[in-house]
Amino acid sequence: MNVFKEFKKTSRHLTRQQRHEHDKDAPILHAEKLSMRYDSGDALSDVSFSLQEGERIAIVGPNGAGKSTLLKIIAGVQKQTSGEIQIFGHAPGGHICIAYVPQRNQVDWTFPVTVADVAMMGRVGHLGLFRNPKSHDWDVVQNALKLVKLNHLAKRQIDQLSGGQQQRMFIARALAQEAEIILMDEPMTGLDATSQEDIFGILDELQARHVTALISLHDLKMASERFDRVMLINKHLLAMGPAEESLSPEHLISAYGGSLQLIPSDEGTLALSDTCCDGEHHIAQ
Amino acid sequence: MLNFFLAPLQYPFMLRGLSAAVMVGIVSAVVGTYVVLRGMAFFGDALAHSILPGVAIGYLLGDGKREPLFWSALVTAIISALGISAISRNTKIKEDTAIGIIFAGTFALGVALISTVNSYTVDLAHFLFGDVLGVGNSDLRLIVIFGGITLLIIFAFYKEFMVLSFDPVLASTLRLPVKLLDFLLLILIAVTIVVSLQTVGVALMVAMLVTPAATAYLLTKRLPIMMAFAAIVASLSGIIGLYISYYLSIASGAAIVLVCTAIFGLVWAGVSLSKTLNIKGAK
Repeated sequence: MNVFKEFKKTSRHLTRQQRHEHDKDAPILHAEKLSMRYDSGDALSDVSFSLQEGERIAIVGPNGAGKSTLLKIIAGVQKQTSGEIQIFGHAPGGHICIAYVPQRNQVDWTFPVTVADVAMMGRVGHLGLFRNPKSHDWDVVQNALKLVKLNHLAKRQIDQLSGGQQQRMFIARALAQEAEIILMDEPMTGLDATSQEDIFGILDELQARHVTALISLHDLKMASERFDRVMLINKHLLAMGPAEESLSPEHLISAYGGSLQLIPSDEGTLALSDTCCDGEHHIAQ
Repeated sequence: MLNFFLAPLQYPFMLRGLSAAVMVGIVSAVVGTYVVLRGMAFFGDALAHSILPGVAIGYLLGDGKREPLFWSALVTAIISALGISAISRNTKIKEDTAIGIIFAGTFALGVALISTVNSYTVDLAHFLFGDVLGVGNSDLRLIVIFGGITLLIIFAFYKEFMVLSFDPVLASTLRLPVKLLDFLLLILIAVTIVVSLQTVGVALMVAMLVTPAATAYLLTKRLPIMMAFAAIVASLSGIIGLYISYYLSIASGAAIVLVCTAIFGLVWAGVSLSKTLNIKGAK
């Protein structure tokens, strides 16, 4: 049965058959009661939400809240235990319009490829089997690299890039893929303020092209200032909406529990959490 | 001086051995590129060892003929590859442990089978360490056919294998047939090992997969160039190794692997040296 599925994929890849027609009236992404159970316990439980085209959404929540799991299920890399995902009204398995940008520490940076090679990988789904990139594909890659301002580094080996450049390279790959939904797992972690600004600049550009972005973050302040809506999860979906609503003190306490301290201040409530990976403190107002 | 190079070539066994060493070198270097990049060295080594019972059965049933030996080795290699992935997928046993179990178990079975034959030590040594100078025309034909097919598949699926090795997650978001491609690569490694059996034998096979590719890895930043460099290193090692074997009467498989290792050592030393010099120069 599994083998059969694999063959179906192969033949689809062979013939470059159009995966699924988009149903433009449906929300770009709809998740219904998503749950992911491991032997060790629940990673996600009953998460339901919808995204509209062109939105920029932040996913926040403590470590182990299921942010990466949620992104991987949407990408179609992991299969949820129960629940359903629809992208333009179809299951994610038939779509290649989703791009997934991995956490930087999950990439083998010594792999012998150049920046342009990696961006070209985004075209592989469009090319199909036994077909080499045509000049159109190189144009797409060239434009993608230009948009993320990496065209001057196209021929560099990937281990020569800085953290921000590495992240931009993966965004270029998503662009080359002509993705309509881009999923990013902790793209800002470990980047300096300038590199973060560069990435937000590119995300603005993507938004102008109606690309929907779903981005997991640790920085609550960034989530509240730079995103259309914020999704707060801790295995369950605790809140989703404009930052003022979803990052209310009550919601934050139910998400972060004991690790969150609320400090009253002149401008409102100061929430202090210490859950970030590198032990930094992140402050949201 | 010229005579030094030409003298061995008057022997047909030497000519056949050289062609076999070069062809096998190219195939195993190209396939080995993925073995190195995906960290499958232990798997490759184990797979090579685990074909010994297949070789033994082919040898016992085929009366010492080459062809049945080739086929039974190929079947065993594919069964072992499947066995390793089945054990590590279906239990909590980690992959390297599964590899260890299958590797030692099948290898022992192979030794046991071969030990039932009278000329036990001689035959065992042939399988373990190869006998490239004993390569016949029918062996050469099998090497050309299967080596050629392997290379063709690697090039046909070039971009798919590259994506799969660099970023398996991208491969699945692009809806590539990930499991099928993974399996195909295992089969290609198995075929390569069987094809190379005659040159370096079961015990030294991993060197042909790993050493030239690792040498090339130190020298380049591009995948196609890495494959080309690896193929050059491997075929050079084959040629130089055979000359050394001819003049110094060293076992041919060992000589090839030693040359390969020496080239790696030189390149490694050169690269490390230039790095330290660069760092000092920058200061």
